[in-house]
Amino acid sequence: MKKKALSVVLGICLLGTALVTGCEKKGVEQSAKSDSSKQEETQGSTDDKEKGSAKSASDVTVRYICLTKGIPYFDPIIDGMKESVEKAGATFQDTAPDTSDATAQIPLIEAAIQDKVDVICISPSDPDALCATFDKARDAGIMVLCVNDDITGNEDRRDGAVMSTDYDKLGKENFEAFAESMNYEGKFVALSSKTGTPFQENQMQIYRDMMAEDEKYAKMEFVDVLYGDDEATKSLTEAEAAIQKYPDLKGIISPTSVGIVAAAQAVENAGMTGKIMVSGTGTPSQCKTYLENGTMPNAYLWDTGLCGNVAGTLAVKLATGEATLEPGAEIDLGEYGKVTADDDCLVPAGDPLKFTKDNAGDYDF
Amino acid sequence: MKSRKLNLSSFRELGVIAMIVIIYIVVCIIEPRFFSTTSLVNILLFFPFLLIVSLGEMIEIVSRNVDMSLGAILACSGYAAGLLFKTNSDIPIAAAFIVAIALGCVLGLINGFIVTRFQIPSVIVTLGTMNIYRGVIFILGGKQIDNSVIPQSLMALSQPKESIIGIPYSVLIALLAAVLLAVFLKYFRAGREIYEIGCNPAAASLRGISNNRVQMFVFTLAGGLSGLAGMVFISRIGYMDPGAAGRGLEFTAIAAVVIGGTSMNGGVGKVTGTVLGCLLLGVIQNAISITGISGYWQEAIYGIIIVVSVIIDNLIKNRLAVSEAR
Repeated sequence: MKKKALSVVLGICLLGTALVTGCEKKGVEQSAKSDSSKQEETQGSTDDKEKGSAKSASDVTVRYICLTKGIPYFDPIIDGMKESVEKAGATFQDTAPDTSDATAQIPLIEAAIQDKVDVICISPSDPDALCATFDKARDAGIMVLCVNDDITGNEDRRDGAVMSTDYDKLGKENFEAFAESMNYEGKFVALSSKTGTPFQENQMQIYRDMMAEDEKYAKMEFVDVLYGDDEATKSLTEAEAAIQKYPDLKGIISPTSVGIVAAAQAVENAGMTGKIMVSGTGTPSQCKTYLENGTMPNAYLWDTGLCGNVAGTLAVKLATGEATLEPGAEIDLGEYGKVTADDDCLVPAGDPLKFTKDNAGDYDF
Repeated sequence: MKSRKLNLSSFRELGVIAMIVIIYIVVCIIEPRFFSTTSLVNILLFFPFLLIVSLGEMIEIVSRNVDMSLGAILACSGYAAGLLFKTNSDIPIAAAFIVAIALGCVLGLINGFIVTRFQIPSVIVTLGTMNIYRGVIFILGGKQIDNSVIPQSLMALSQPKESIIGIPYSVLIALLAAVLLAVFLKYFRAGREIYEIGCNPAAASLRGISNNRVQMFVFTLAGGLSGLAGMVFISRIGYMDPGAAGRGLEFTAIAAVVIGGTSMNGGVGKVTGTVLGCLLLGVIQNAISITGISGYWQEAIYGIIIVVSVIIDNLIKNRLAVSEAR
């Protein structure tokens, strides 16, 4: 009997909490809505505030949140940003999560808000997952700059973005060089990272568009897209399986730095050097061996150090009010050149770089 | 009674073999190119470092422990070897192997010490040390070791064309490790003691076997095997990315071990089963790549196979209990 009474009480309690949390959820949604409407207002007002109380560079703190720890690709970005921020007299901090999960960066953004930094530079792991936290940071008067990767489709949820280069231009140049190495004929596959990653999907769309638009690619056949999840073993297995599946394969193009190395390794393992051409985006230090032995006639990337320099300088200039980022704005960054913002406040830092066996040794990233 | 037990456990291994054969045939029908020596070599290449880590995980599970830090030990040892190559390109590969294995042993010994000294469940201890070991790499610098640093002769270990008999040396290294471990477990007293403490720790200690000593030994051996796996990993991938190398590998290893018939309750487990478990996972991964099934399926399929294996394991145990009662 006692037991029964207890369970009834428990049941009521549960029901009660369910009701309460349900209501709370609604409340949160509502406040989120009002937040986003408020946000447009505050965006204007923070700009005014910055103009009003111009901070000196020595009071500015810029914190960079990297994608994950230990990716060599990001090292020059971090070093470049540190160099330019400190040169401007401001304070630079950097941090990164252990994993590349979409939500792993959220606690780091929250920490930056609590620490009251002036600018959060971030290489976002996901175009959607971080937006709400960005809103929070911007409500607290912190400027959010995306670096290297953008939150495409949600451009109004960040203040600006610094991209290493014009990625469309890069895709076109890369595909042309890849096609040339294949003599404009034969089957090829693309080795991507995860399904739906914006940069890779965009690059592959550029290849498809170029093939559809220009007759000279008519003899080329884009047979498959492989997803290596940016994991070394998985990428390697995928590339090896493709070589096995398409015995007349002539090329593998991989717009990811893990994939391009795996593709080259797979081609070498299969003894197909010179028969299957590899290209894509990768760091010169990682690709050097393959560029020199001919597995990879060329590889593309951008000057990631310059990207860091531009992001760092821009961050300090924005925080001190020396510059404002708005569509079409031309900003002079001194020794790092002049940059121009596009309609979404996106700033490309420089031109794409092409690596071949002749220049791979000239770079230290 | 004994023959009955034997039948059931070999039935289990036959089941895994049957699954491998069925999947292989089905994939060959869907994609005839799967039926080739290249694909067999690709399947074999999947498993060297997984098998070596799985062997370590197997003896831990047999001794009623679970080790979550083996992937991190692999990364740590491999990274140390990579640093060696970076500072001195003339270092003989054998020396790098010794350093990696020794470091693996030390890291394993630390696990074993904490588990036995403070009597804490090994899952908890190794979850902690997993993060510590990976953290140490980042404290040491944490920058990726590029493939230009890795000696070609090490890379050649994983390349089919470099081998005389068509099977890459890394596969042979893994199989050799498996054979040595099997011999050790069967014919050496120290090997049999691992099963005894796994079967019945109380009875084992009554017979004068020191639980702590055997467990320390098991952790050290598993660590050393992971160190060896670190070298095989580098030879396969060609570079060392300290953040990603071996991450989550212990889960795949536990899967392979369980599929191979090792009981999570300890005391039961065979090297042949673990080899077959790894082989099955290798066949599945290659089959998924070559048939073009989305990679998301892979994890789900792994999961299903693990759950099914454990269910089969339990059914066998229950039937044994019933027949014993009779």
